[in-house]
Amino acid sequence: MASGTQLPVDDGHALPPEGERRRDFLHVASASVAAVGAGAVVWPLVNQMNPSADVLALASIDLDLSAIQPGQAIKTSWRGKPVFARHLTPAEIEAANKVDVASLRDPQSLADRTKPGNAQWLITLGVCTHLGCVPLGAGQGESRGDFGGYFCPCHGSHYDTAGRIRKGPAPLNLNVPDYVFKTPTSVTIG
Amino acid sequence: MSFPWARQYQPTTEFGKFMDSRLPLPRFVYGALGAGYPTPKNLNYFYNFGVLAGVALVIQIITGVVLGMHYAADTRVAFDSVEHIMRDVNGGWMLRYMHAVGASFFFGVVYVHIFRGLYYGSYKPPREVLWMLGLVIFLLMMATAFMGYVLVWGQMSFWGAAVITGLFSALPIVGEAIQTWLLGGFSPDNATLNRFFSLHYLLPFVIFGVIILHVWALHIPGSNNPTGVDVKGPQDTVPFHPYYTAKDFFGLGVYLTIFAAVVFFIPNSLGEPDNYIPANPLSTPAHIVPEWYFWPFYAILRAFTVDFFFIPAKLMGVLAMFAAILLLFFLPWLDTSPVRSNAYRPLNRALFWVFLVVCLVLGVAGGKPAEEPWVRLSQIFTAYYFAHFLIITPLVSRFEKTLPLPSSISEAVLAKYGNGPSSSPGTGVGGAAPQPAE
Repeated sequence: MASGTQLPVDDGHALPPEGERRRDFLHVASASVAAVGAGAVVWPLVNQMNPSADVLALASIDLDLSAIQPGQAIKTSWRGKPVFARHLTPAEIEAANKVDVASLRDPQSLADRTKPGNAQWLITLGVCTHLGCVPLGAGQGESRGDFGGYFCPCHGSHYDTAGRIRKGPAPLNLNVPDYVFKTPTSVTIG
Repeated sequence: MSFPWARQYQPTTEFGKFMDSRLPLPRFVYGALGAGYPTPKNLNYFYNFGVLAGVALVIQIITGVVLGMHYAADTRVAFDSVEHIMRDVNGGWMLRYMHAVGASFFFGVVYVHIFRGLYYGSYKPPREVLWMLGLVIFLLMMATAFMGYVLVWGQMSFWGAAVITGLFSALPIVGEAIQTWLLGGFSPDNATLNRFFSLHYLLPFVIFGVIILHVWALHIPGSNNPTGVDVKGPQDTVPFHPYYTAKDFFGLGVYLTIFAAVVFFIPNSLGEPDNYIPANPLSTPAHIVPEWYFWPFYAILRAFTVDFFFIPAKLMGVLAMFAAILLLFFLPWLDTSPVRSNAYRPLNRALFWVFLVVCLVLGVAGGKPAEEPWVRLSQIFTAYYFAHFLIITPLVSRFEKTLPLPSSISEAVLAKYGNGPSSSPGTGVGGAAPQPAE
C-alpha cells in the first residue's frame, strides 16, 4: 500500500458528530440477543408449571340423572372438581323465579342457568366462587344455607335454589359447566 | 462496620497466623460475634429472639432434611408416608413433631422479634434496610410454612391449598390463569404436591441467604437498644463475647426447655385434628382454618363481605391481607418521630399495646368460624389495624411530646441500676461512667 499515507482507523471509541458509536450498536445488538436467549430459556421453566398433557386430556363425563328424586342432589367429579346435579322441586323453582334478578349480585335467572324445558335440573360446579371450597347442600342432611340452596362453610357464602350467590363474600353464582342432554335423563358434561 | 474501640483479632498460634493470611475465618467470627464486636450494654431478653429465630430455622432445616428421607410426594401415598414416619420410622414421631411444633415456635419467636423492633423503634434510620430484609424473611417463612403444611396431604392441607391458591383467582383477568399455573391443574393434585415439596425444600435455604444479608445489615450500625439512643463511646458497649454469647445461650436453654416440653407432652395442641383425615377433594371440612400463625391475616381476608365501590369483596379481602404485611415495609417513613424507643414516647407506647391487643383479637377472630360476632369483630379490628399505620402513627409521630432522652446509654443504665454518686437521673455525666468489666 502507499506507504506514508495514514489510513483512518476507527477504533469504535471515537465519538462521531452525530453522537453514536459503532460500539453502541454492538452493545445494543448483543444485549438484545442475550435477552432473547434468556427469554427462550426462562419460558420453558415457567411453562412447565402449567397443566401437563395428561391433566388437560380430560374426557367429558356422562351423568345419569334418572335416580335423582325431586329435592335430591348428587355429587360427582369432573376435572378434579365436584359437580352438583340437583332435581329441583316445584317449590324450589318457584322460589328461584320469585327473586328480582336485578337485585342480585350476579344477575341471572333460573332459566339462564338451566337448559330450556329442563328447569328442574340444576347442574353446577360444586366450587364456591369465593376461594374454591365445596359448598354443603348436595348431600343428605347437609346445611343448605339461608336460601335453601347451598352453603359454603369456609367463609359463609349462601347460595339459593338456582345456585346464585345471595349472601357472603363470594362474588359470582356457582359456575354452570358446559353440558348437553343426551336423553331426557342423562347429560354429557364437558 | 464496627466501632473504633473494637478489639482486633490477634492470631496466637502458628496455625492461626497461617490461616489469617489465607482464609481469615477466625478473624471474621471474632469480629462478627466474638470479643471484637462491641454491643450496647443494656440489651434485655427481648434481644435474644433474633438468635432464637436463627436456631429455630436450623432445627427446621435439620429435621426437614431428615423427614425428606422418608416422605413421598405423591398424592396416592403422601398421607400414608407421613403416618409411616409417625409409626414405623425409628424416632420418626419425634422428628415430625419437632418439625411441626418447630414451625409454630419459629413463628412465635419471630413475632416477638418483630414486636420488639416495633416497641424500640428498631425500624427507624439507619436500620430501614435491616427492617425490610426482616420482612422479606417473614414473607418467605409464610410461603414455606404454607407449602410444608400442604405436604401432609390431610384435609386441612388440601383445602388450605385450595383456598390460598384461590386468593390469586381474585385478581382480574389473569387471576384464573395464575391459579391454574400455580396448581399445575384445575384443582390441587399431584403436580401441586410435587412442586410444593420442591419449593418447600428450596425456600429455607433462600431464607438462610436473606438472613446473612439481615445480619450483615445489622452489623453496619450495630444493634439498637432499649433506650433507642445511639452508642456514643466505649462506656456504652460490652464485647459480644462473652457477655451476649452467655446471655443468648441462657435464653436458648430456656427456649429449648419449653420447646421440648411441647414436643413431648402436647405436640398436637397447636395443630388441627382435621389434618389427620386424608385429603378428599369432594368434601370440604366444616371449618377451614390455617395454622394459628396465619390467623390475624386470615381474619383480615375474611373481614370483607360486601363489595367496596367497584372492587368485589373477594378481591378487596385479598388486597387487604397482602397490604397488611406490605404496609410494614413503609413503616420507617410513616413513623417520622426522631425518638426511637417507646420508653420515651408515652402516647405511642400506649398505642403500641393497643395495636398488640388488636393483632391478638384479629388472631382469635381468624381462628373462629365465619360467624357473628367474629366477622364484625374482624371488620372493626381490621379497620383499626390499617388506621394504626396510615393515620395514628403518622399523626402521633408529628404531634407527640416525647420525654427527654438520656444523653447516653451509659447514663440511662446507671440512672436505673447504678449505685455510685453518678446514679441520679439526668446528671448527664455518662462519659464519667466506669469502663465495663472485661
